[in-house]
Amino acid sequence: MDGDFAQAAWHEIGSVDDIPRLGARIVRLHGEDIAVFRTASDGVFALHDSCPHKQGQLSQGIVHGESVTCPLHNWVIGLADGRAKEPDEGCTRTIPVRLEGRRVLLGLER
Amino acid sequence: MNMISPTRKRLVLVGNGMAGIRTVEEILARAPGEFDITVFGAEPHGNYNRIMLSPVLAGEKSFEEIVTHDRGWYAANSIELVAGEAVAAIDRDARVAQGEHGTMRPYDVLLLATGSNPVILPVPGALLPGVIGFRDIGDVETMLDAARQGGRAVVIGGGLLGLEAANGLRRKGMSVTVLHLMPTLMERQLDPVSARLLADDLRARGIEVLTEANTKAIHGDDRVRALELADGREIAADLVVMAVGIRPNIALAKDAGLACGRGVRVDDAMLTSDPHIYAVGECVEHRGQVFGLVAPLWDMAKICADRITATADSVYEPGVTGTRLKVTGIDMFSAGDFLGDEGTEEVVFRDAARGVHKRLVLRGEKLIGAVLYGEARDGGWYFDLIRNGTDVAEMRDLLVFGPALAGVAESGVEALPDTAEICGCNGVSKGKILAAIAEHGLTTLDAVRARTKASASCGSCTCNVEALLALALGAGYDSVPKIKPMCKCTTHGHDAVRAAIREQGLRTIPAVMRALGWSSPDGCASCRPALNFYLICAWPAIYRDHARSRFVNERMHANIQKDGTYSVVPRMWGGVTTAAELRAIADVVDRYDIPTVKVTGGQRIDLLGVKREQLPDVWRDLNAAGMVSGHAYGKALRTVKTCVGSEWCRFGTQDSTGMGIALERMTWGSWTPHKVKLAVSGCPRNCAEATIKDFGVVAVDSGWELHVAGNGGIKVRVTDLLCKVATSDDVLEYCGAFMQLYREGAHYLERTAHWVERVGIDYVKQRIVADADGRAALHERFLESQRHMQADPWAERVAGVEAHEFRSLAVVE
Repeated sequence: MDGDFAQAAWHEIGSVDDIPRLGARIVRLHGEDIAVFRTASDGVFALHDSCPHKQGQLSQGIVHGESVTCPLHNWVIGLADGRAKEPDEGCTRTIPVRLEGRRVLLGLER
Repeated sequence: MNMISPTRKRLVLVGNGMAGIRTVEEILARAPGEFDITVFGAEPHGNYNRIMLSPVLAGEKSFEEIVTHDRGWYAANSIELVAGEAVAAIDRDARVAQGEHGTMRPYDVLLLATGSNPVILPVPGALLPGVIGFRDIGDVETMLDAARQGGRAVVIGGGLLGLEAANGLRRKGMSVTVLHLMPTLMERQLDPVSARLLADDLRARGIEVLTEANTKAIHGDDRVRALELADGREIAADLVVMAVGIRPNIALAKDAGLACGRGVRVDDAMLTSDPHIYAVGECVEHRGQVFGLVAPLWDMAKICADRITATADSVYEPGVTGTRLKVTGIDMFSAGDFLGDEGTEEVVFRDAARGVHKRLVLRGEKLIGAVLYGEARDGGWYFDLIRNGTDVAEMRDLLVFGPALAGVAESGVEALPDTAEICGCNGVSKGKILAAIAEHGLTTLDAVRARTKASASCGSCTCNVEALLALALGAGYDSVPKIKPMCKCTTHGHDAVRAAIREQGLRTIPAVMRALGWSSPDGCASCRPALNFYLICAWPAIYRDHARSRFVNERMHANIQKDGTYSVVPRMWGGVTTAAELRAIADVVDRYDIPTVKVTGGQRIDLLGVKREQLPDVWRDLNAAGMVSGHAYGKALRTVKTCVGSEWCRFGTQDSTGMGIALERMTWGSWTPHKVKLAVSGCPRNCAEATIKDFGVVAVDSGWELHVAGNGGIKVRVTDLLCKVATSDDVLEYCGAFMQLYREGAHYLERTAHWVERVGIDYVKQRIVADADGRAALHERFLESQRHMQADPWAERVAGVEAHEFRSLAVVE
């Protein structure tokens, strides 16, 4: 995490076990919702909880592989890069996230 | 045999089974029209695929489906079929076969294919009624009859056949115990580790397995009652199936004075000790060996046909055989010398959590045996390596992971040599399929099946045959033109997936994906909810709903709105409410500051704008007033709309409100392929709009009209009239049966309207109206499912289920 996130501070938000496999939990960050996802193979990703299309709650979508399908109109968003899969176009902001053991840490700007 | 004889030679086949008929087919292919052929068969049928008896027993196939040669086939090939008459004697001097009812047929060439008989243990009571073998369709019928009475079955013999019998009887509802003499099951095909996994899997299916169990006697007066083991244990039994092995049926050959050992002795040309008599199949003994599996029969048939038609001097060489126990839904493959000795090495892979065990046995640089349990997809590839004696030194490190990882450039059928067997049931090689496609210009799976029989029996090789079609035709092959895959993750259509879930006993979403070769690791938002529903429908008592494969509304038990809030609709039985309920709703609206209250089209009240974290509290307060989830968010039973009916209305002919409430009480909580709405009108004025509902009831003076498959929505469809019934009990039974027929038959997200248009109203009438037993069975299955479904999901969540859904993980300010 260099460049943009040189100033990032890592903030513990809970254990990976608190997030259901193939699911997500919401972290309320300064009044905004962040969706923190857990894949079948325990990969953890964080996105702004808002689909680039009509702001659907990605945290409520169905997770598969390293993607989530938005519950409103079935856009498929990549968890790693926040990008909509073709043919749709758009991008949701990602949040740096890492695991320390079972602990989940979000990278937050100071 | 005089090859220049002006008259055609006479061929008599004794035994109308798989080996004999296959030989006849091979003869017809080599020398059409050269023989006058007569076939004697003791059973009163055409030829059927005996290895498919297990699926018939398990209810997965009908007898008609396993018939491979009906009477039309014999007629079309000018073959005389003498069915229901065994051959009693062979006069070798006069060269005449004599049937037991007096039919006499002279022959130039006689082909013996009398098969084998089940071994009946020589214990007291072995001949009691209720003690049978598992050999022909008659045995299957006896077992099915017994299963209809319920009760207990004991299967003696934990080999391939015994376990298939046990599985079938269990699936037909009997309680089943398997007795096996040896310490582990299927010891001729499985090593002890995989045998234990198998025993565990069988126990999980409700089959009791006792090993080292030696049967001492069978007790009963006029029919079997119990079975006694050597250690003194007694096991109650209404049916005993002996599946302890087979013995070549050599009585006729022996009487005729042919050389016999355990079987009818044949040389490498399949010729018996009489130069006019050949023998094939399970009745023969070749180089001291007898046979019980299907694959060697196909080879024998070819050699025998070569010799009888004098087209080639081929010789029969017994090869390595492979075994699968696929029908029980247990994925297993075994071939060659899987136990090894001091001169061999073994590679073992185990994934205990997934129940996978693979053991490969190598001698030097060659694979000589393999056992795969729990994941046997690569069995064909290993089988080929064994059979061809391929040098595997280069890929030894990764061999156990299969062709994809073992450095074989291509995996799948493209990589296989032409000699590789694609269809194990019918012994069809890759080369033969490709040749048939090229020679006859075949373009469809059905055409390949018809021409080669590949994938025409158990169907487990269908995808390989399709791959060969695609390989041969390239873009010209439109794989299964009318069957659309469920989604991009699979090539299988909805019906095939549902059939596999039932037939292979698949109990979880990952199991379905593994068994059917899903292309994505955990599916997608399209297939996962479908699979979740199909599994709920197939296994209502045991399947654990997978919340992560539900759309948000069904996972949250509320409808997500465009601003991320939810709407809450409590159930209002038949559209009837009370002052207390209305007061409780009003209190909830005030207490949680709910912005909008709306009366729905389904005669209920919708509370809109509820925040995620408020949901459990809102539900708790509604529960306290006796209200439960209205499932307004689900592919589920939604509403039952009613008019006031005869209680108040001057036109009403029946109590439509009461009828509606009874229907809603019966059907609420059921998950369905798509949403289901009901309505009951008290007279033909139809104020409840029953004729645009999935199941609509209209009262008339003499009873109730039942209408199905209507809907409002984008494209309005008026119902089809199903029938008229007399009583309210009839309405309930027909409705339950219709719900279950829809649940079991429709594709996920297919409304009743589209489903009925696909299958036809006549089909629905036939299943629900014409077939009273079938209707009762459907209704009972629906009620059985409902016993597991009718729990209020709101109350569960108020009590703490899935609490994380309603709370944020953390708040950072």
